[in-house]
Amino acid sequence: MTALRALVAAAAVGVALILQVSFFPHLSWDGIVPNVCLLVVVGAALVRGPEFAAVLGFIAGLALDLAPPADHLAGRWALALVVVGYVAGRVRRDARSSGTLTAGTVVATVAASSFVGTSVFALSGLVLGDPIAIPELLEVVLVGVLWDVVLTPLVLPPVMAMFRQLEPDRSLT
Amino acid sequence: MRLDGFERRRERRWRGSDDQQRPSRGLLVALVLACLTVMSLDSLGSSPIDPARRAVGEVFGPVEVGTATAIRPFTAVPDWFRTRDSMQQDLLDLQAENSDLRSQVATQDYDRNRLEEYDGLTAAAQSLGYSLVPARVVGLGPSQSFSRTVTIDAGSEAGVHPDLTVVNNDGLVGRVLRVTRTTATVLLIVDADSVVGGRVGRSMEVGFLHGRGVLGGDGRLDLELVDDTAVPAKNDTVVTWGSEAGGPYVAGVPVGRVTTVYSSLRETAQRAVIDPFVDFGALDLVGVVVPTGTTSDRAVIGADGDLQ
Repeated sequence: MTALRALVAAAAVGVALILQVSFFPHLSWDGIVPNVCLLVVVGAALVRGPEFAAVLGFIAGLALDLAPPADHLAGRWALALVVVGYVAGRVRRDARSSGTLTAGTVVATVAASSFVGTSVFALSGLVLGDPIAIPELLEVVLVGVLWDVVLTPLVLPPVMAMFRQLEPDRSLT
Repeated sequence: MRLDGFERRRERRWRGSDDQQRPSRGLLVALVLACLTVMSLDSLGSSPIDPARRAVGEVFGPVEVGTATAIRPFTAVPDWFRTRDSMQQDLLDLQAENSDLRSQVATQDYDRNRLEEYDGLTAAAQSLGYSLVPARVVGLGPSQSFSRTVTIDAGSEAGVHPDLTVVNNDGLVGRVLRVTRTTATVLLIVDADSVVGGRVGRSMEVGFLHGRGVLGGDGRLDLELVDDTAVPAKNDTVVTWGSEAGGPYVAGVPVGRVTTVYSSLRETAQRAVIDPFVDFGALDLVGVVVPTGTTSDRAVIGADGDLQ
């Protein structure tokens, strides 16, 4: 069951990556596409908690770093998505202690995660001396958040249902 | 004392690991350290990450090619409504002819100057020895990664290798960074890390073209001329300067047109803003410049326009 679980999670990340690289550029706005990998990690975090999501975020981030046509320093998306998985997982724990996980909470978590993820990636670039203009950075972050929120109703329910199926005991009702 | 610890542990097990007050910090620290390790490994001169990159590329490359092929009929749907098939074909032919003529006009000054130079003649004869491997763009790097790269569906099996020039029928697209068996990663000239040797067609002045990292309609390049007394005129055409043995950029490929020129006292060189001929937001069919006689898994377009 554990191997199957890992396999399904990895497959979800793979499908998300392919969608992000080969499908969404046809719909992109100035090259900014929805970060589907990030949505999968947030979905995992909301169902399975911070530890699982951080590990999945590491794997998804490495895939984003290594799969063509990526050319930035490997490890930067991995770092961003580890942080996203951990932070989104904490939200899930807080939501659980207060009882319910509403649609509003999910959308807010996605928006915050998207903001944090893209910002961590961009900041790591600034630290490493990448030439990034601040206005462009703001545009990318804001449009990215919008895209991710727009896609939340389409992506999050199936992803969360899938992770719940994988481990029904710990699911949130 | 012992019992107390045992009791607590049992209670924790009961409540499930995810209900602990603090989720495992150790795991987070380990993952972050792993990320930093990967980053520092990748920043080494000959990166140990490259084989991993290649391996991941071998897996994802064919999937990207397959996905792009599968959705191409759907992305073409808007075109059906615009024209019927025959008109569409006419339109494509005319567009191709038009851009061909346009690039001829654009490089006229450059060609004339070049004919006057003995070196230019040799280079021209040399540049006749190139062929094009046709390829389609199957993946685009997200803007969120702040690098402008695309995947094309021609790899080492098609005779493509790193540091080859990539063009389309409008002008210079970029250069090949790395290849897998079936795909190649191309760095677009609008990437902020991209530097291309450029030459102003009319005055033959040389300089360097830097990308700005912007993809859309306002994607621009900055031209910095080596000679600070030379001032490029508006609408001058810039072509590639080319380097020894044609790598990474072959000479004489049209890049763009000068839109504005400005100089600052602080910097010694003149700067000009270049509007590239290629629409980077709508890249599809491109050609990789390879030496004639390259063995490829597909038909190669020869220098005189026929398929080999």
